[in-house]
Amino acid sequence: MTPAVPGVLLAENGPDSFIWWAWVGDHLDEIWERTVQHVQLTVIALVVGFAVSTVLALIALRFRRTYTPITGFAGVLYAIPSLALFAFLVPITGLSLLTAEIGLVSYTLLILVRNMVAGIDGVPAAVREAADGMGYTPWRRFVAVDARLATPTIVAGVRIAAVTTVGLVTVTALIGQGGYGALINDGLSRSFNTPIVVGAALSILLAMAVDLLLVGAERLLTPWARAGRR
Amino acid sequence: MQSQQTVGGADGPVGADAATPAVPATATQPTAGPAEAAIRLVAVTKAFPQATSPAVDRLSLEVGRGELTALVGPSGCGKSTTLKMINRLIEPTSGTIEVGGVEVRDQPRHELRRQIGYVIQQIGLFPHRTVADNIATVPRLLGWRKATIRARTAELAGQVGLDRDLLDRYPSALSGGQQQRVGVARALAADPPVLLMDEPYSAVDPIVRAHLQDDLARLQQELHKTIVLVTHDVDEAIKLGDRIALLNVGGHLEQFGTPAEVLRAPANEFVERFLGRERGLKRMALITVAEVPLGGGPMVQADAAPAEAEAAMAAEGVDWVGVLAGDELLGWADGADLAGAARVGDAPRTPFRAFVRPGTTIREALDNIVNSRTRVAVVLDDDDRYLGMLTVDHLAEALE
Repeated sequence: MTPAVPGVLLAENGPDSFIWWAWVGDHLDEIWERTVQHVQLTVIALVVGFAVSTVLALIALRFRRTYTPITGFAGVLYAIPSLALFAFLVPITGLSLLTAEIGLVSYTLLILVRNMVAGIDGVPAAVREAADGMGYTPWRRFVAVDARLATPTIVAGVRIAAVTTVGLVTVTALIGQGGYGALINDGLSRSFNTPIVVGAALSILLAMAVDLLLVGAERLLTPWARAGRR
Repeated sequence: MQSQQTVGGADGPVGADAATPAVPATATQPTAGPAEAAIRLVAVTKAFPQATSPAVDRLSLEVGRGELTALVGPSGCGKSTTLKMINRLIEPTSGTIEVGGVEVRDQPRHELRRQIGYVIQQIGLFPHRTVADNIATVPRLLGWRKATIRARTAELAGQVGLDRDLLDRYPSALSGGQQQRVGVARALAADPPVLLMDEPYSAVDPIVRAHLQDDLARLQQELHKTIVLVTHDVDEAIKLGDRIALLNVGGHLEQFGTPAEVLRAPANEFVERFLGRERGLKRMALITVAEVPLGGGPMVQADAAPAEAEAAMAAEGVDWVGVLAGDELLGWADGADLAGAARVGDAPRTPFRAFVRPGTTIREALDNIVNSRTRVAVVLDDDDRYLGMLTVDHLAEALE
């Protein structure tokens, strides 16, 4: 099976190595496929999580009394171990994308809702009073002033949620949704290092890339924060 | 159409049903209202839910068109509450408020507010918008065209004394004084007839404050806005106000009049106490040298004979004489030095040290007089021509 590798340098690289480059070379297609799956699972979770969190945050902001129950509920979801959550959901929703996303979305809610509400609450009272005094309608003020000023705090939440989600997606392979977790599972089942290392390393790289992307997005969205004082 | 009754009761959304379709009445046009009041408060009361007594209790007040009215009083006197009821940031419990002849509750809040400039102590600039965009806030809300907005922004920057280079910066790059100028420019952007200012200068240091106050006074001479300015600083009220409303705790109006009236004849002990010490000096800050009958002083021309100087000194009872060449003031000579001189101009001269202009306040003139060696201040016009001599006696006369 093992192709005889000519040359001294590569002679020791084989199936038992920490990472077997030849295997990597032979499985680029699969690695790419897993990457696409991983990104899809992550993006869906973040988009849906952001949408659900926005609704929850708006409710919490409009009806202050709901804030504690909402964050309490999101906190309980956050505290459930992911494996247990999937185990609990599978009998209901099956080994499906839905099951995976329910879990992934659940874990984004706490951090997103809290940062959204904190961001809006952090808008200086004087800025609000000035905006009202200028003749903003309440909704227009919320969109043009409050939400804009809350952006740095909200993006900070999205960054944490994104990095967490990228890591969590590796677990969804257990219910057959692919992603880097599938590589890791494959390696574990065969006591074969290379797919484990590749899956873990790429998951970390993806998390870092997503984080960088969001930092860039934040810079674009908040030019005033950089202008700073002179 | 509006209830004219002064006693409570006329509260709630009564105006909604009857004769008032949603016509956004512009407050700019002169109204056929009963008086030249731009803002009229009638028996306005504000009782906050948890408070034992009302913050403002049946306050009636008329603010003249084009005048700056200062609401001044101790904390808790309801002056800010009163101001915020005018643009409905706070809704009165009862009573009526008219701006430009229109009851404020007869129009949607946001439309009312777009016709009323608003400046607050903490300024409240939008940190995420450049200075130019901050100034353009209300014009944007009103849907002005971009080119119009740009021209207006540049014009305003000039009017409030803001360097145009600052227009593209974010507020965080500006000093406190600059930010407050932006705040004023933003309030004036859509050229509202009415400007409300809530302690606009209490957060800046005294030197900047004095500058900003002078700027506002100058701006008001050009623009003639109807301004309501809330302050706890009675000197600021005296300096800027055409009229002062002195409020006591609970929004009781203790006295309403021009600064000179209030200083000359305080209505009661509260007003007297609030005006503080040195009421006379404060009055002096309101009178200019031009209003004082000047003395000629012991003056002679440089080519006059010493005898003429002796006569002038004797007439004024002093031992020095001022020397003129036509209208030009050369200085003064000591009586003892005149003896040997052929002409007054030959005697050694000392320059005067205290000069005032007709526009100088007599308070400042007094300061000059006290500090001068001769106990007089020389009054010169803007071309430095000699107008006369000012002494403490002249000032005392002017105050009577």
